[in-house]
Amino acid sequence: MDEQVLQTVIIGLSNGLIYALVALGYTLVYGILQLINFAHGEVFMLGSMIALTLLMALGVTPGMDIVTTIVLIVVVLLITMTISAILNVSIERVAYRPLRNAPKLAPLISAIGMSFILQNVGLLWKGPTSLGFLDIIPNTNVLTTIFGLDTVVAVSYKQLFVAAVTIPLLIVLSWFVSKTRQGKAMRATAQDPDTAGLMGIDVNRTIAITFVIAGALAGAAGLVQILYNNTTVWSLGFRFGLNAFTSAVLGGIGNLQGAVLGGIVLGLINAFSDRYLAAQWTNAIVFGVLIAVLVFRPSGLLGQQAADRA
Amino acid sequence: MALLELEDVHTYYGAIHALRGVSLKVEEGEIVTLIGSNGAGKSTTLRTISGLLRPRQGEIRLRGKRIDGHKPHEIVEMGVSQSPEGRRVFARMNIQENLEMGAFARKDRGGLAAEYDRIYDLFPRLRERRLQNAGTLSGGEQQMLAIGRALMAAPRVLLLDEPSMGLAPILVEQIFDIIRTINERGTTVLLVEQNALMALGIARRGYILQTGEVVLSDSAAKLRTDPAVRKAYLGED
Ligand SMILES: Nc1ncnc2c1ncn2[C@@H]1O[C@H](COP(=O)(O)OP(=O)(O)OP(=O)(O)O)[C@@H](O)[C@H]1O
Ligand SMILES: [Mg+2]
Repeated sequence: MDEQVLQTVIIGLSNGLIYALVALGYTLVYGILQLINFAHGEVFMLGSMIALTLLMALGVTPGMDIVTTIVLIVVVLLITMTISAILNVSIERVAYRPLRNAPKLAPLISAIGMSFILQNVGLLWKGPTSLGFLDIIPNTNVLTTIFGLDTVVAVSYKQLFVAAVTIPLLIVLSWFVSKTRQGKAMRATAQDPDTAGLMGIDVNRTIAITFVIAGALAGAAGLVQILYNNTTVWSLGFRFGLNAFTSAVLGGIGNLQGAVLGGIVLGLINAFSDRYLAAQWTNAIVFGVLIAVLVFRPSGLLGQQAADRA
Repeated sequence: MALLELEDVHTYYGAIHALRGVSLKVEEGEIVTLIGSNGAGKSTTLRTISGLLRPRQGEIRLRGKRIDGHKPHEIVEMGVSQSPEGRRVFARMNIQENLEMGAFARKDRGGLAAEYDRIYDLFPRLRERRLQNAGTLSGGEQQMLAIGRALMAAPRVLLLDEPSMGLAPILVEQIFDIIRTINERGTTVLLVEQNALMALGIARRGYILQTGEVVLSDSAAKLRTDPAVRKAYLGED
C-alpha cells in the first residue's frame, strides 16, 4: 500500500478512537433515555479545560523524566474523569430528571439550553481564544526509537498514548456492560425501564450511573485531546461533539460497538478528507455523511438498539 | 391481617379515571383472581400495586404496612413481584441474564444457585435454552421466562398479568398447572385473567372488575356458577 495512505489511516485511527470515547457518551445516554444529550460535547470541552488546568498546576512540562510524566498524566486523567463524571451526573439531575415524564421535546430543549450554558462557562473561564499546550508526549516515531526500524510510515508516541488510554477504557466498558450486575441492569433499563423497575432495579440510580460513565469517558477524551491535539477552546464541544454525535448515529445510536466503529470510520473520513481534499471541506463531508446516514440507513451501520420497546 | 390489601384505590392516567375505588384482599397462601374484560383496569391495578403508577387516593398495604408511594424497586424488595402483561422479557439478554435481573433485589446472593435450579426444574425448556436470547424464544417460552423471572425475587406475593394471553390451549393448561404448583410451594398469587374459566378453576376467590370498579367478589366456586358471571365472562347466553 502507498505509505501516504497508510499514514493517513494511522492518523484517522487515532482521531477515531477519541471520537469513539465521546460517541459512547451520546450512545449510552440515548440508549437509556432516548435523549440526545446535546450538552455532552461541552462536557468533553470542559474536560479538556480541566485537564489543561491540572497539567499546568502540576507543572507538567516537556522533557520531564518519563516516570514522573506518566504518573502525573495518570493522576490528571483520574481527576479529570472524576470531575467530568460529577458534572455530567449533575446535568442529569438538574436538567433531565425533572423532565422524566414530560413530552420528549422538553428534555431535548433542556439539553440544548445546557449546551449553551456550558459553552458560556468555558468562555468565561478560559476566554474567547484557543488555548495551546506544549507537546508533553513526543511526536517522534515509536517504531524507530524503540524498535530501531527505519520506517517511512510513522506511529508517534502521541498516537501510542491515544491507544493506551482509549483501548483499555473501551475494554473495561465492554466488560462492565456485558458481565457485571450493574452493567446488565443498565442494559435491562435501556431495553424496558418499567420492567427493569419490576425486577427491583432502581431505574433512577441506573440512569445516574450511565451519566457517570458517559461523563468519565468524555473527561478522558478531554485529556487525550489536550495531549494529542494540544488545543482547546470554548467552542470545541460543538465542533468535536458534532463529529462524535455523527459517529454514534453512523454506528447506530444506542449501540455501543456501533459508536466505536462509527468513531473510527469518522476519524478515517476526517483524515482522508484533510489529506486528499482540503481541510475546509471536512466539516461539509461530515455533515454530508450524517445526512446520508439519516436518509439511507437511519438505524446506522450496526443497527439501533434502543427502539424495540413495546 | 391480609397479606396484601387494597383499600379504595383511585388511579388516573392524566384526566382518565382508570381505577374508581378498588378494594380487595389477598390472604396468605391464596390464589386470588381478578377478572374483567378489556380495559376494565386489571393491569392498572397490578401496575399500581407495583408502584409503576401512583394512586391518587386510597391505600395499599402489605401485611398491614403501607407500600403505596414507594418506588417499584422498593416494592419488589418488600416482597411483591410481577410478571407483566405481554411478558416483557429483555429480548436482547439471554435466559440466564433475564433470571439474574429477576433476582436483582435479593440480598441473599447465596441462595441464588438453588433458586436457578428450582426455576429450571419448574421450566426444563428454559434450562436447555439458558444462553439463548429471550427475543428468539416462542411465546410460551417467553411466558415461562417471565414467570420464572418474577419468581427469582422469592416474592411473598406474585402478581401475574394474563399469563395465558396468546398461548395455545395445551400451553395454557401447562401454565395454569405451574401456577398451582408455585402456589402449593408457598407463594401467594394474585392472578389477572381474561380466561375466567381457567382462572376460577385454580383460584380460591375472585373479584370481578368492570370499568375500574369491583362489581362482584366471592369464592371461585360461587363465581363459577353465578349466572351473571357465566353470561359476561364465560361466554354463555
Ligand atoms: N397509558 C395509558 N394512558 C391512558 N389511558 C390508559 C393507559 N393505559 C390504560 N389506560 C386506560 O385505562 C383503562 C384500564 O386499562 P387496563 O390496561 O388496566 O385494562 P385491562 O383490564 O388490563 O385490559 P386488558 O384486558 O385489555 O389488558 C382503559 O380504559 C385504558 O384505556
Ligand atoms: Mg391488561
